[in-house]
Amino acid sequence: MIRIVLAILMITGVAAKADTMRLAATTSFNNSGLSDALLPAFKVDTGINVQLLVVGTGQAIRLGQAGDVDAILVHSKAAEEAFVSADFGTHRREIMYNDFVLIGPSADPSRIKDAESAIEVLQLIAATEMTFVSRGDDSGTHKKELMLWSAAKLYPDFFGAWYKAVGAGMGASLNSASGLDAYIMADRASWLNFGNKGGLELLYSGDPMLFNQYAYIPVNSDKHVHVKSEAAQRLEQWLLSARAKNIINNYKINGEALFIFNGAP
Amino acid sequence: MSQPISVYLNSILVKRRGKTVLGPIDLDLKVDGFTILLGPNGSGKTTFLRILHGVERASSGVMQWSMPNEQAHQAQAYVFQSPIMLRRSVRQNLAYPLQLIGMDKDEISSRVSEWAQKIGLQDALEFPAPRLSGGEKQKLALGRALIRMPDVLFLDEPCANLDGRSTREIEDLLHDATQVGTRIIMTTHDLGQARRLADSVLFLLNGTLHEKGPASIFFAMPRTIEAKAFLNGDIIE
Amino acid sequence: MNEIWAGIQEAVRLIFSLDADLIGITLRSLEVSLTALVIASALALPFGTWLAIRRFKYRRFAIAVLNALMGLPPVVVGLVVYLMLSRSGPFGVLGLLFTPFAMIIAQVIIITPLIASITHQAMRELWSEYHDLLISLNTSKRQRVAALIWDGRRTLMTAALAGFGRAIGEVGAIMIVGGNIDHVTRVLTTAIALETGKGDFALALGLGFVLIALTLMVNFAIHALSRTEREGTW
Repeated sequence: MIRIVLAILMITGVAAKADTMRLAATTSFNNSGLSDALLPAFKVDTGINVQLLVVGTGQAIRLGQAGDVDAILVHSKAAEEAFVSADFGTHRREIMYNDFVLIGPSADPSRIKDAESAIEVLQLIAATEMTFVSRGDDSGTHKKELMLWSAAKLYPDFFGAWYKAVGAGMGASLNSASGLDAYIMADRASWLNFGNKGGLELLYSGDPMLFNQYAYIPVNSDKHVHVKSEAAQRLEQWLLSARAKNIINNYKINGEALFIFNGAP
Repeated sequence: MSQPISVYLNSILVKRRGKTVLGPIDLDLKVDGFTILLGPNGSGKTTFLRILHGVERASSGVMQWSMPNEQAHQAQAYVFQSPIMLRRSVRQNLAYPLQLIGMDKDEISSRVSEWAQKIGLQDALEFPAPRLSGGEKQKLALGRALIRMPDVLFLDEPCANLDGRSTREIEDLLHDATQVGTRIIMTTHDLGQARRLADSVLFLLNGTLHEKGPASIFFAMPRTIEAKAFLNGDIIE
Repeated sequence: MNEIWAGIQEAVRLIFSLDADLIGITLRSLEVSLTALVIASALALPFGTWLAIRRFKYRRFAIAVLNALMGLPPVVVGLVVYLMLSRSGPFGVLGLLFTPFAMIIAQVIIITPLIASITHQAMRELWSEYHDLLISLNTSKRQRVAALIWDGRRTLMTAALAGFGRAIGEVGAIMIVGGNIDHVTRVLTTAIALETGKGDFALALGLGFVLIALTLMVNFAIHALSRTEREGTW
């Protein structure tokens, strides 16, 4: 009987594989297609298999706290710093950045195309009460969006029905925006790789406030003994290497670079 | 098979929904030959039979066979008024009671052929039992009951829904069974059948045992008025 | 309509090119759901039968509970299993989270009540039919269960199929406990969710048609194996 159980366990891959680690990364890392470019190269170079869990920043942090993953890759500086200072992560390592962009229907009823700043964009949308889709899922993108509303002195809690918090990943949220012909804030990479743009267009970008930094944090093995610290460390070093830099900077869609490497080894 | 069998019932009572359906029955019955349970509808014949075989349990009272009840039950068989067919072939129905006692496969096979022959279904062995005709089903039920050579065979109005030809075939099989020593206890409301087959009679009325005795005496000189009336074909209440 | 047509084309392309990813995902879907089916059936079939023939005081209550469990929302099951298997949870030390085994566990929990309930109803009917005969023949409890299960096998197979259908089409629970990890815990349903989320509807539909075809094939395979259709109408 026990042999049958063991056989099932082996087939279902429970037996801990050496040279495997788990990384929780934001949906934009995967939706942009960058993970499919980077992780196989990492495996070729080091032989380490990275199992990627694609979740929102909030869930990634929960997974890190619970010790269910060995490292996280997210883009919300405040949350990351809190994570590290609470000793769940060892340290925060910046890897690459891109920017957030404002997407909306090509007709642009709120006229945000000619806005002078991100804050003005949001003020225009709120004033015209045009449908706006929010991630609503505690992700890095969501946190950035909330920060911008706050800077614009607007409070989403009091918005009317035009503000739709879908509680979903970047792709699913874009789907909703496409279906509703609504405005939405997305990271450039996810937008460029999105397959269902419908009547939506990139309307505004460029404000420094829309800067989007991605950082890598290994989970602290002091808190969770089983965490694969060595593999996590090697991934970190590799992400800072020239090879990774090369892949990241050259990852383009329609000639446009999606991320810019800014890791300091 | 040859040692005497008897059953002792003491204050057997069967109540359903507060109403007494059978009893009280006090009886020391020697089970021998062909016993017919006679009586009008609703007199408790079926209940009495089911109690004897253990398919139903009495509400109160004691029943004891002349050997441990468990042992007695294993050497008994029952044919229901509406034959219960397993959803399998004729062959598998016949084989089932033998498989239950772990009989050897070859032995089972030969017994099944033998009995299929006796009940006239040897050409229908692979036929699905639920699709047999009424008469065929009852013969199969009988064959299945006799295939283990029980000491006692109970039958509950086995020919009630059958035509004359099937009835005759069943009666012939029952006669053959008594010839090899099987004791039979059977209910019927067909007086002609009772006269043909009975060695002894138990006459039930309103849930109690009203009269009993050897068949020859009962049919010729019934003691009670009700028995007389019943044999006359009258309705008794 | 355009997209559905694109989906069909994509499905055909994937299948005929024997796309390696598709094969991997499909095999994994089958592995997870069939294993869950086997385990769930091993639990539910005897239990449902036993419940049908056993008389005990709280029988009606047990049946009510069983029927209520059928209505367990799969995603809630997923959440609870996740909390159990998480490293911070009671069974975390087993390291089962984000593996196919966790997905199997979740699916077993989801489909066992369904299979047990259908089994119970079918066995109840058959038991009332066979009751007197099986008692008369002096059968043991085990022999009774065996007779009921064997003679009721067509209905039981339907129960199992219903369970399989539930399992292979499930996405909420296995997304949570499996994590939809590429090449590890990604199956047809979670892949469809992912591709839909990326806006790649053609691929998602393609996978969807593969899933439908798969379910149909398994149905036919089971029927062919049991030769139930050829055995007659009873």
